[in-house]
Amino acid sequence: MLEVVTPEREVVRESVAEVQLPGLSGYFGILPGHTPLLTELGIGPLIYRKGAENAFIAVMGGFAEVLPERVTVLAAAAERSEEIDAARARADLAEAEKKLAASSADPNTDWDAVLKSVASARARLEAASHGAPIANRET
Amino acid sequence: MPTQLDIKRRIRSVKNTQQITRAMKFVAAARLRRAQERAFAARPYARAISRLVRSAALRVPGSAHALLRQREEKRILLLTVSGERGLCGAFNANVIRRTLEFLREHSAQNPAIIVLGRKIRDAMRKQRWKIVAEHVDVTARPEPARVAEITKEVTALYEREEVDSVYIVFNEFKSVLAQNLKLEKLLPIEPDPTTTIEEAQARSKETAVDYLFEQPPAELFGRLLPRYLQVQIFRALAESAAAEHAARMTAMDSATNNARELIDQLTLYMNKVRQAAITKEIIEVVSGAASAT
Repeated sequence: MLEVVTPEREVVRESVAEVQLPGLSGYFGILPGHTPLLTELGIGPLIYRKGAENAFIAVMGGFAEVLPERVTVLAAAAERSEEIDAARARADLAEAEKKLAASSADPNTDWDAVLKSVASARARLEAASHGAPIANRET
Repeated sequence: MPTQLDIKRRIRSVKNTQQITRAMKFVAAARLRRAQERAFAARPYARAISRLVRSAALRVPGSAHALLRQREEKRILLLTVSGERGLCGAFNANVIRRTLEFLREHSAQNPAIIVLGRKIRDAMRKQRWKIVAEHVDVTARPEPARVAEITKEVTALYEREEVDSVYIVFNEFKSVLAQNLKLEKLLPIEPDPTTTIEEAQARSKETAVDYLFEQPPAELFGRLLPRYLQVQIFRALAESAAAEHAARMTAMDSATNNARELIDQLTLYMNKVRQAAITKEIIEVVSGAASAT
């Protein structure tokens, strides 16, 4: 059972076969019967498999609890791949990267915010473009 | 006996009142829709995070984080949520009554309160209980920034061990016609909220297995638990906002109906008075004519 909720809404609640989570220190895959685990999530696409199909959700940080029969993801924000406009995500990423390049000259940059905007734009784009068949991720 | 003119004036005044109550009803209805959406949207996350922290509390020792630490309940903090304005039936009165009840029940534990909303603040200022903080204009439309501020206050009090447990009382939105007055325990986080049989069964299988942690637990809980608290307070405020609009809508609806009934009665009375006057005049004319012949 995978459950993804954000403060605004419930994004997913369904029975799935496998979940890959963007943990703070790297991706990890979860299969049913996993030992209990509690972790903070980074920004990135969450991938879950249901039958033969993969689905993608862009997750913007949060927490995840893994229990043998259930994965609960409390995301700060999350979007399913079919809700993401890939063209816009690409444009956002380009803009965020430009801002990142520009701010390296500026000593009082809010690095956290800039890096976060790059990461979340990338997460959205990745989720959107892999929303189709299976992925070869480049990160 | 009032003259026709007197009654007419009263009717006009009741009509004015009716117009106002009707307008307030429509305003409340419009606001209710949005507030209700917000309250409903806040529920799944609040439920999930609450389940998560409780399941976590089951698996880690209370020493993992200050907010998990159980202490003897020597001092209690109560958060109490009312509306900002009146004219919403018993909505505010219910909260005030429940708050006072709670304080009296726990008077041995030296209760202190944080008031959220103008109505409860005004009511509590007249009382002898200790108010630690007052927040007004937070309940109409809860804002994450204000809620974060409240959360910080509560966390600080708890971590400094100035209070040993924290409760919240608020109106939960049940339906447009009914509010559900709720009292919930926020802190310490208790490892047992088994609500459904299904969950209880699931739990018996899951229990007692320790967590794997990706990060140091202290760090993780340091971020997770304040978030939990914030979400719960936010949810209480969102529920209360929706419940308040619902209560106001119902109250104004019945006020409008009462006004209509009153107008009907007054109109009937006015017609009777007019008829009586006409009858009286006819009698006068007839008896005048009779005496003339």
